[in-house]
Amino acid sequence: MQLLSKKDLFWRRFTVAVPYLWLVVFFALPFIIILKISLADPIMARPPFSQTVSADNFIFLLGDKLYAITYLRSILLAASATVLCLLLGFPMAYGIARSAPAVRSVLLLLIVLPFWISFLLRVYAWMGLLNNYGVINNSLIWLGVIDQPIQIMYTDFAIFIGLTYSYLPFMILPLYATLERMDHDLVDAALDLGASKTAAFWDITWPLARAGVIAGCLLVFIPAMGEYVIPYLLGGPESLMIGRVLFDEFYFNRDWPLASAVAIMLLLILVVPIVFLQKNQAREAESAT
Amino acid sequence: MRRQSRFVLSVLAFGYAFLYIPLVSVIIYSFNDSRLAAVWGGFSTRWYGELLRNEQILDATFLSLKIAATSATFATILGTMAGLVLVRFGRFHGRTLFSGMITSPLVMPEVITGLSLLLLFVTLQQFIGWPGQRGFGTITIAHTTFSMAYVAVIVRSRLTAMDQALEDAAMDLGCRPTQVIFDITLPLIAPAMVAGWLLSFTLSLDDLVIASFVSGPGSNTLPMVIFSKVKLGVTPDINALASIFILIVSTGLIVSWLILRRRTAASPT
Repeated sequence: MQLLSKKDLFWRRFTVAVPYLWLVVFFALPFIIILKISLADPIMARPPFSQTVSADNFIFLLGDKLYAITYLRSILLAASATVLCLLLGFPMAYGIARSAPAVRSVLLLLIVLPFWISFLLRVYAWMGLLNNYGVINNSLIWLGVIDQPIQIMYTDFAIFIGLTYSYLPFMILPLYATLERMDHDLVDAALDLGASKTAAFWDITWPLARAGVIAGCLLVFIPAMGEYVIPYLLGGPESLMIGRVLFDEFYFNRDWPLASAVAIMLLLILVVPIVFLQKNQAREAESAT
Repeated sequence: MRRQSRFVLSVLAFGYAFLYIPLVSVIIYSFNDSRLAAVWGGFSTRWYGELLRNEQILDATFLSLKIAATSATFATILGTMAGLVLVRFGRFHGRTLFSGMITSPLVMPEVITGLSLLLLFVTLQQFIGWPGQRGFGTITIAHTTFSMAYVAVIVRSRLTAMDQALEDAAMDLGCRPTQVIFDITLPLIAPAMVAGWLLSFTLSLDDLVIASFVSGPGSNTLPMVIFSKVKLGVTPDINALASIFILIVSTGLIVSWLILRRRTAASPT
């Protein structure tokens, strides 16, 4: 190892300092500010918050039934979308990982492609499918299954479909990554030794895919919890999710301190899954090398 | 290769249909002459014409492209530096905080990132008078911050997968560390940097929530204009816009996929 010259040392420090400083100013500092403002009171001024410190906003949030319901609804919707993504994503990832290499790369391309198309426009596409005169209702009427349009749009069910659709690729990709690495001879050996297909799946495939399952579920659940666009466009006025409440509290009520407190509460709910995900990814990165 | 079970094949078929039916239906409806989505008024390309005459959408597209290109460039520079630091610089003071901060924006809900950045800008303006007004600059900073995390992760995985022997050899032959980075490391990770730039560009072009928080009066990005229109329901010109988006992205992705496949076929490893 050579000794570092002055010039090299300067460049080394420079390379560390620039992104470090950027992240401290534009990522860490905002969190300290949001924490501080969540403890302030709203006032009629510019900017609309006081310099006082009190826990009023949090006491209000914890005591308010509407907020409790909204947090619970968000968790429930995000969790059920995660489960459906897993039920749909696991067989898909498995099928892709087990197909011939030429087919596999086409199938993967088709999973990644929607991800590059605007998220907003993909959610918008569902508005055209789900509304009362949309493709789904029209087809069902045409087929004679129903004679009146059924209300799908502006319900929790529409949010659930939207979340599943938007985050499905986030489930499939990490699952595919672990399933593709898996040695399939292990399953064949188990089958040769007389295990049933179900037993082979639960005793071999599932444990080996564990890291992918964890990563996929968290990558769906975490962003789905804070989702704003999907509940706004597909959900009705009653189907509130916490991301939308935060935005409205900030924009329409101009209650910045309460919006900050809502954000802090959301972060507290998500801290456990976020740390869990980071740990899982770090372990994966280690085992890959 | 064993044959796939019927269950796996049917879920695959259902899953792909689920992913693509909405996109196909938007494209079909973009050629619908009728303003009402419920009726088919015959084939027409009039909504595409109307789209090209819509000043508001054109201005917003231009602003969005400008922000996307600028933030992607900054994010690629900063993210590459961060990736290098994480893989090649060993231990240094504050490394744990650094690696925590670099990956956190990836999993942070957009509403939290957006609100916290806006509050930062407001506070800064109060104390140092900057930023004077919110718009291009603040949105670019916000997009750079979350995009650089993606670039750092891509660059990091490329660096960990890469053989360090070339860099070691250059060092042994008397290269300065700085020279090694510019002459050996950067050219080797260039594909990862390009991928990072493209991803950052797409993420920036796609972002509605964070931009809505940190933007000011008069600066509307394309997603903001689209959102304000589609809030009220399905509109035919947005169908046309979505179809153009789908067409450009699919063409770009399929072409790069074909190029990549030919290259891997040409050089069997």
